[in-house]
Amino acid sequence: MNAAEFISPVLKEIPPSGIRKFFDLVMGTEGVISLGVGEPDFVTPWSIREACFDALKRGYTMYTSNRGLVELRQEISSYLARRYGVVYSPEDQVLVTIGASEAVDLALRAVLSPGDEVLIPEPCYVSYKPCAVLAGGKPVMVRTLAEDQFKLRPEQLEEKITPKTKVLIISYPNNPTGATMNREELLKIAQVVERHNLLVISDEIYSELTYNGAHTCFASLPGMQERTLLINGFSKAFAMTGWRIGYVAGNRELIGAMVKIHQYTILCAPVTGQMAALEALRNGFEEVKKMVEQYDQRRRLVVSRLREMGLDCFEPKGAFYVFPSIRSTGLSSEEFCERLLREEQVAVVPGNAFGESGEGHIRISYAASIQEISEALDRMERFLRRFHRV
Amino acid sequence: MNELRKKILEILERNSRASTREIALMLNVEEKEVIRLIEEMEKEKIILGYNTLINWEKAGEDSVTAMIDVKVVPQRDVGFDEVAERIYRFPEVKSVYLMSGGYDLSVVIEGKTLKEVARFVAEKLATLENVQSTMTHFVLKKYKQAGIVFEDKEEDRRQVVSP
Repeated sequence: MNAAEFISPVLKEIPPSGIRKFFDLVMGTEGVISLGVGEPDFVTPWSIREACFDALKRGYTMYTSNRGLVELRQEISSYLARRYGVVYSPEDQVLVTIGASEAVDLALRAVLSPGDEVLIPEPCYVSYKPCAVLAGGKPVMVRTLAEDQFKLRPEQLEEKITPKTKVLIISYPNNPTGATMNREELLKIAQVVERHNLLVISDEIYSELTYNGAHTCFASLPGMQERTLLINGFSKAFAMTGWRIGYVAGNRELIGAMVKIHQYTILCAPVTGQMAALEALRNGFEEVKKMVEQYDQRRRLVVSRLREMGLDCFEPKGAFYVFPSIRSTGLSSEEFCERLLREEQVAVVPGNAFGESGEGHIRISYAASIQEISEALDRMERFLRRFHRV
Repeated sequence: MNELRKKILEILERNSRASTREIALMLNVEEKEVIRLIEEMEKEKIILGYNTLINWEKAGEDSVTAMIDVKVVPQRDVGFDEVAERIYRFPEVKSVYLMSGGYDLSVVIEGKTLKEVARFVAEKLATLENVQSTMTHFVLKKYKQAGIVFEDKEEDRRQVVSP
């Protein structure tokens, strides 16, 4: 049997994640300090873990409603109202998913018809493009630039719009750049969205991790709540990556369509994770605050030191990544990362893993201890001396 | 308290080895300023020392810790302070707290052997004037001290590279 014949042609077109490719190389190297990890270095706060034990002890081992535990949906709804001023009915406008990733997939599958175009600002999280393809859509990448601090400009967006354009995916604070967009900047995007009748999938998974100024929730802009699927989750803010709990809030018809796919594929998110998420929203924000403060301190350390080393580095305002340019070394992102790994045993991720426009950059995650960060930066400084005077 | 001073203290409390340069970069201030504030806080006895928490048992050194509940007769004018001072001056004594409840002072003592601790209590502590009674509890195992878990099982389980 030729197994390859059986694999869907759509899937054959999709390359494996660039991060995964680099991962294999890293696994073969010893004594690596990693700044390549896209998840918090904190363990889920204890009270949240404790809530999960308690849930198990009380026998919470069953399915929940397809849409998620009612109490959790209520809590999510009141969090969104309190924090961003957007009001959703917990009954039919909120869906609990297996991480924000499932929510992105559901949203795209629920709305795309073959050939529909999806605008995706780049560099971006690795899943958006493949998910759009898997849903039958046609991803259209919109290049954002370091000199614009990787913000999306309305003109750039407008240039790419065709009669087939249906959806815009935005994600601020952004992975891998750490870029954020403020209210005024997003309002301009909202005008374009309105004018061309687009639906927005707003992945706000890093919303709690912002450093200067508040996060603007896209759905909170005038007229945008109806055309936005607001996606968020617990992974980054509460250091709960492995629990896989996310959610999406939006227009009830759209959520209803997503529920259909969700109920036939996933059924429901695991109940223990949902119970933990409930505790996170009720009592977890003190811990979030502490974690954010530590990320913020590390961020400053990393940015200052990279600049001292002579790397062009825009100051990220959110998430836990910096995305410096390594063009001054004359190396491609992949060459840079491979050599840094081989010669100094430091793992960072090549920028081109996040799309072509990430070329010439590397993603450094500062979700690591100060000691590790300092040591990794010392090694990187030594490495860079081979290219220019530091 | 000045916000910057507080931030420096928080960093040093987590890691007293953090360099002034690192602290300066983390807080986005001049290193000179960090050095000045640390010196200031040392002078004001806000920063009392830079200790390292060591698991001596793991380092192969045997030691015995005991917590002793001490009842004392408070004295005119000085209350418990004078007897507390006499107790905390002994080098064997690691900490002394004035307590509410069933007894007055909680004294933590460390010695090399059980015998050594017992002798200290019997000969030095219990015989002090104004000490009415002592009750000694030996520590069998240390799980957490000064906010730090001794056998922390929460190592980094993340993959080296991930999305």
